[in-house]
Amino acid sequence: MSYVSRGFRGRRREEGPSDRIPPGQYLVDDFPVLSAGPTPRTPLDQWDFSITGAVAEPKRWTWDEFRALPSETITKDIHCVTKWSKLGTEWEGVSVDTLFEDVETSAEYVTQFSDGGYTTNVPLEDILDGKAWVAFGYGGEPLDPEHGGPARMLVPHLYFWKSAKWVRGLRLMDDDEPGFWETLGYHNYGDPWREQRYWGD
Amino acid sequence: MARAAILGRLAPVRWQLGDVVELVEETPRVKTIALDLPDWLGHRAGQHVDVRLTAEDGYQAQRSYSIASAPENDRLAITVERLDDGEVSPYLAEELVVGDKLELRGPIGGYFAWDADDGGPLLLVGGGSGVVPLMSMLRHRAARRSQVSARLLYSARSLDDVIYRQELERLATDNLEVLYTLTRAQPPGWTGYARRVDKDMLEEVAFGGDHGIAFVCGPTRFVEAVADGLLAVGYAPERVKTERFGPTGG
Amino acid sequence: MEEEDLKLDGNAAAGVLRELFSFELTTARGRCDNCGAIAEIGAVMVYSNAPGVVLRCPQCQNVLMRVAADGGRYWLDVRGITWLEIHA
Repeated sequence: MSYVSRGFRGRRREEGPSDRIPPGQYLVDDFPVLSAGPTPRTPLDQWDFSITGAVAEPKRWTWDEFRALPSETITKDIHCVTKWSKLGTEWEGVSVDTLFEDVETSAEYVTQFSDGGYTTNVPLEDILDGKAWVAFGYGGEPLDPEHGGPARMLVPHLYFWKSAKWVRGLRLMDDDEPGFWETLGYHNYGDPWREQRYWGD
Repeated sequence: MARAAILGRLAPVRWQLGDVVELVEETPRVKTIALDLPDWLGHRAGQHVDVRLTAEDGYQAQRSYSIASAPENDRLAITVERLDDGEVSPYLAEELVVGDKLELRGPIGGYFAWDADDGGPLLLVGGGSGVVPLMSMLRHRAARRSQVSARLLYSARSLDDVIYRQELERLATDNLEVLYTLTRAQPPGWTGYARRVDKDMLEEVAFGGDHGIAFVCGPTRFVEAVADGLLAVGYAPERVKTERFGPTGG
Repeated sequence: MEEEDLKLDGNAAAGVLRELFSFELTTARGRCDNCGAIAEIGAVMVYSNAPGVVLRCPQCQNVLMRVAADGGRYWLDVRGITWLEIHA
């Protein structure tokens, strides 16, 4: 192990309920901003959200149509693969189940795609049945661009890289296609409770 | 002192442990840390080191800091500005004492480096603690008694925030001009620049003719504004080297 | 903090690149596979506040190179660069 720096504590790492903090994670009280590229700034009148790919009929919502959908406030713990966790984060969003109400598909996989080119892949069953949302609000405010606004995915049971920022849609896939981080050694599924950070884990 | 090769094979850069041998308060928020590093192989002016701190529970934080000392100096020195919401800089600038050890590796970054043999004229533009790698270049230039024409444009909030002020005064000769722009407060009778660096200022400060090389360092937005300004003045993009510190500074 | 603050220069990737390569990569020149722009690696855009370090073309933002690291294990993707010109 490296030399221990006398008197160094680092950012306040709180103790927290161990049943809510996955292995290898620590709590933060701020909300770190991670980014792999420039922040997209799509004007709302050009924004849309689509469900495409292996579906009988693709679906599309403009921003107004999207915001007219029933939405809810959700409080969730989130866990980043870079080891920070944040408990009890409050979001406002549309459940993916709502978006999938009239969607017919036999596909098993989904690729989330975003402005700026980011993608991440999840099994379809991991975003249905109350497991995922398209979130447009955080902490009672509209979602900041640096945190993925106007809308991002929220898939809290997986590492947070599986919740695409600046999301513009979901592509149904018959074959699983690893996304941006998954093609750089990160785990294909990403369960924080089994510490699935990298591909061999 | 051995010159770290930039072209060609490099020695692996390993984490090494240095002893803190001197601390100098440059300004109330800025401290220079001088280290004894037995395994240090030398560096080029402008390069940086990565500093790594480890807490007792194994948590680590790592940051890059520009080397302030010249390759010719006996000891390696870094200059650190304490950031209010920083994680590493408050430890370095306030907690560290002589006798402590610091884990670091380097030198790193051959792109943002200058040797006297590279020639000039040399335009250095620094914002706040962005002056640190530029100071390494000026110290190296002085150690080599280089006659390369050089100009430092240093943007600081006030004269009290200027790092290395007395040494810069000593170094400023016919061939080195030091210009300040004080953006927030100026002393009475100040006749120098008193605003954010802009294209007009760069036009006045830039060398004529083929301009030579420029090194720009500081907060990201400062660097972008200056780099854009230098291109507008006529610098070729390959002659403008930038080092953005990002939001957390150096 | 503005997003622009997260964008750094190629030099910011120099540390991790030194862990991988025995030559200085920031002075190597590369060609962007997307738009053909040629630049020293030190002059490209780096985003390092992420699960990996991402280097992007300053002209077209194409991802040139990515590096992730886990202790002594690294993953390197250079698909966005047509070629690297190295003086070794």
